[in-house]
Order: sequence, then C-alpha cells, then structure tokens
Amino acid sequence: MNVFGFRTLLVKEIRRFWKVLVQTVLSPVVTAVLYLAVFGHVLGERMQVFPGVSYTAFIIPGLIMMSVIQNAFANTSSSLIQSKMMGNLVFLLMAPLSAWELFGAYVLAGILRGVLIGTVLYGFGWLVVPLPLHSWAAVLAMTVLAGGALAVLGLIAGILAEKFDHLAAFQNFFIMPASFLSGVFYSIHTLPEFWRGLSHYNPFFYMIDGFRWGFFGVGDATIAASLLWTGGFFALCSAIALWMLQTGYRLRP
Amino acid sequence: MPVTSDAISIEGVRKTYGTLKALDGVEFSIRRGEFFGLLGPNGAGKSTLIGIIAGLVRMDAGRVAVLGHDNRREYRAARRALGVVPQELVFDPFFSVRECLRIQAGYYGCGREYWPWIERLLDELDLASKAGATIRQLSGGMKRRVLIAQALVHKPPVVILDEPTAGVDVELRRTLWRFARKLHAEGTTVVLTTHYLEEAEELCQRIAILDRGRLKALEGTGQILARHPFRFLRLTLDGDFRLPPGLEPCVVSRLNGSLELKLKREEQPIGEVLESVRGAGFRIVDVRTREPTLEDVFLELTGERA
Ligand SMILES: Nc1ncnc2c1ncn2[C@@H]1O[C@H](COP(=O)(O)OP(=O)(O)O)[C@@H](O)[C@H]1O
Ligand SMILES: [Mg+2]
Repeated sequence: MNVFGFRTLLVKEIRRFWKVLVQTVLSPVVTAVLYLAVFGHVLGERMQVFPGVSYTAFIIPGLIMMSVIQNAFANTSSSLIQSKMMGNLVFLLMAPLSAWELFGAYVLAGILRGVLIGTVLYGFGWLVVPLPLHSWAAVLAMTVLAGGALAVLGLIAGILAEKFDHLAAFQNFFIMPASFLSGVFYSIHTLPEFWRGLSHYNPFFYMIDGFRWGFFGVGDATIAASLLWTGGFFALCSAIALWMLQTGYRLRP
Repeated sequence: MPVTSDAISIEGVRKTYGTLKALDGVEFSIRRGEFFGLLGPNGAGKSTLIGIIAGLVRMDAGRVAVLGHDNRREYRAARRALGVVPQELVFDPFFSVRECLRIQAGYYGCGREYWPWIERLLDELDLASKAGATIRQLSGGMKRRVLIAQALVHKPPVVILDEPTAGVDVELRRTLWRFARKLHAEGTTVVLTTHYLEEAEELCQRIAILDRGRLKALEGTGQILARHPFRFLRLTLDGDFRLPPGLEPCVVSRLNGSLELKLKREEQPIGEVLESVRGAGFRIVDVRTREPTLEDVFLELTGERA
C-alpha cells in the first residue's frame, strides 16, 4: 500500500478547502444560522414536535446534518470536476495510487469538511439553545456514515459530470431538496400518509432522524434503522464509486 | 527479468474511439538508455499511445510494460518507473510551484528526502525565482518547465516528453534540448515526440514513425535517412526550354529560375540528369545536391508534413 501517497492526497484535499475557509466553511455556517434564525423565530413558540423539546432545539440537529451532507458532497464533487476541467487530474491518475487510496483520501477529506462545519454549527446552536446529548456515539456514527455517503456520492457525481453545470444541476435539483425535505423542519408524522410511507425509503430521512436521535433519544425511526439505512447507502455508493475508480470509468477513456 | 528488459515494450496495442482506429496494432520496444523519437503527423496516435503507457487511457487489446513491469498488473512499479510530460499545459491552480512539486513527489511515496532534488530541478529549469508563485501566474514557457519538473520529481528512469517544444520560443527550445541531453547523459531513457524533425534528427538515436495508428518505420536515425531512396538536386538554369519529359515529374519545387528535383539514387545518376538537361537546350548556371532530411522521409512515409 502507498501510505505516503494516500496521506499526501488527503492532506492536499484538506488544504484545498482550508485555503478558502470563508467559502467552504463560513458560508454554509451562515446559511444554516439564517435558517435557524428565521424558522426558529417564526415557528419557535407555535410548534412542538417532540414532547419537552422546543421547535428551535428540534431543528438544530437537522440543520447541522443538512450542512454536513451538502458540504461533504460539495467537497469531493467540486474537487474532482475542477481537476477534470483543468486537466490536472492526470497527475493523480499517473501516480502509483490504487482505487482504494484515491477513494479513501477524497472521501475522508469530504467527511472532515462536514465534521468541521457540523462542529462550528453545534457551537452556534449551543448559544441559542443548549442541546441535550443522548448518545455521543450515535451522533458521531451518523455524522461519519452520512458525511461519508454524500462524499462518495459527490465522487460519483464528479466522475460522471462533464462540466460545472451538470454538477450544479445535480446539487440544486437533487441534493438540496432531498436534504431539505427529509425532515429537517418537521417530523414525518405530520406528513400525509403517502409521503410518510415514502420517507421510509429515503436515506436522507434516516440520516437526519438518526442524527437527531443522538441528541434527544427520540425519533421517527429507531436508531438501528437509521444506522442501517445510512450505512447501507454508504456501502452501496462506495461499491459503485470503487468500481468506477477500479475500471477507470470516464476517468481513463 | 527486469534487469534485461526494455525500457518500454509495446505489444499489439489497439485502441478505437467509436469507429476511429486511433491505434491499430502497434508493436515496438524502446531500449534502456535510449534517446527515442516518436514522430507522426497530427492525429497519428502518439498522445494516445503515451496515455496508454502511462495508464491514462485504457487499451482495447495489447500489452505494455515499463522496465519489465506490466502497466496493469504491476501498475505501481510501472508508474514509479515512468515520468510523463503531457502535451497540454495542465496545472493545479490552488498551489504554488514548489507545493505542486512536493505534492506530486508525495503521490509517488517520496517525502522530504526528495526536497533537495526538487530544489535542484527548480534551479536547473530556471524556476527558482517563481517557486512561490501559483502556476496560473506563469507564462506558457514557464508552465511547460513546471510540467517537466513535475514529471521528474520521483527520479523516474524513463521519461516521456509529449511535444515539449510545441509553441515554445527558440531560446527555450535550446534550453529544453540541453536539459533533455543532460538527462539522457545521466542514464535516463528519454522518449520525445515532436513536430520539429530537425530536433528529432539532432537528438534521437532511434525513431519510430507513426501514421494513422500504425507503425510506419522504426530505425536508427542514420539508417532511416540512408535508406531513403531519393536525393535532391537543385539547378539554376538559363534559357526558356522544356525539361526532358522523364524529368518533369521529378520537380518538387520551383523558385525564380531555380528548380529542385527529387531523384532516385540508383536509377537517376546525377551526371546523366545534367546531360539530359543540357541536351534540352538549357545552360546550367549552378548545381547543388542535398541529402534527404527527416522531413523528406516523413513526407514520403506519411504523405504529410510534420
Ligand atoms: N478521448 C478521445 N475521444 C475520441 N477521440 C480521440 C480521443 N483522444 C484522441 N482521439 C482521436 O484519436 C486520434 C489520435 O489522437 P492523438 O493520439 O492525440 O494523436 P497525436 O498525439 O499523434 O496528434 C485523433 O484522431 C484524435 O482525434
Ligand atoms: Mg499529441
């Protein structure tokens, strides 16, 4: 195994977003804080989803998870498409790095960006409403699995996309709505029957619900189901991405 | 086995893009320590072949080995042995020249112990003063030199340069030649593709000519020229007569009063040609002969200018 090569790529991918922290960390944090201010203020007193949990407290974990997954996706997909468009991906493809090493470095960097944003947001949330912490382990596991899944999805999207537009479309018409409409702002129990049923096949719903369970110890689904669905989605995406990297699909014509 | 193996061996390599046969069964070897020229008109398949050797392009059939290492089964060893300077001026906009070189070395498992070597490369390629600049800020010629440095960071024993001198000014061309010669003198196998045939003629020991995905010639540079069955005769003539009918098809160019004839070495001795021209009524003012250049051989084999 080329450990040093793997580490070099990982550090490079981290430094890539670290050099533009305003854009890669601060900006998503501000977005989430604005959501929190608006929705928390408008609906804060009028709604209660779980008994004993204020609405503002309810939406904080959802907003954190939404930011984690959107940014994990953004990190891998934008890095890959940029290297493809600039042509500098050849430097990586010529190097003695295996599919697993490429995969691991990109995905880990995506997860780390998600974790960084999640941590900053958690700090902000603490200033607004101190959240309970039911299970550290569940919070961490859900962050890594969901962030990982979306980082891998970003890798796949980056491999498939031929230009920035493709990626922007995928981000705006799929990732954004899917993460936004999967229970960040409401419990699926308030949804009509049909949509509630459908939610049980939506991995994004489990990512948010399981993460929230880590704080409150209650959720729409069991934590086991959330871990399994999120982990399963991660594994499925990983299998596809690794197959692409191994065969050189689209990357090595 | 690797001790006696060729620097690069290419066996039966095929590649199609849709219906286009970019490479149609290419087979040859490049010996260790050789300065090798890979020539061919635009679209001949040179870059595709280099991409296949480097693992950037998948071949449909065939086998490639670098220093005896199969480039698919033993891709790590094959890639470590190889440094490729791509044809396009590609670069990473996020990092400085020095950072890019250190990162590239890192991919090959080369850490701090290679940093002095990187500084030497920066020096030798005249990049030291720009080491802290981002590559975006550099001129085209400097970007090209960064690409060369990047290909050499891991001290590869085999180096491929894909048209390093295209669109480069004369001075930089000279610098690059000197650098390539030095690299070769230090024991590196150098493979060069170029459009400047005089460049290949001056630098390369052996030359392969590729045309439409097929190998047209592979020989020592001297042999390839000697084997050419033609030579050239430039005549400056006085008088308004007609050339003997046998010579008319041999005219390759006319320039105010002088003309160049392409003559078969064996069948058209110069003495006879001169006599027949004089016989047609001309007065011969000046005579010059010229041996074929690589350009002529190239034109002969591919029907195109380089
Ligand atoms: N990715 C690709 N997709 C389709 N056709 C390609 C691709 N790469 C190269 N070609 C075609 O293959 C042929 C050989 O190209 P190339 O290897 O770049 O030639 P050279 O380097 O000798 O100029 C050309 O006709 C080119 O258009
Ligand atoms: Mg080319």
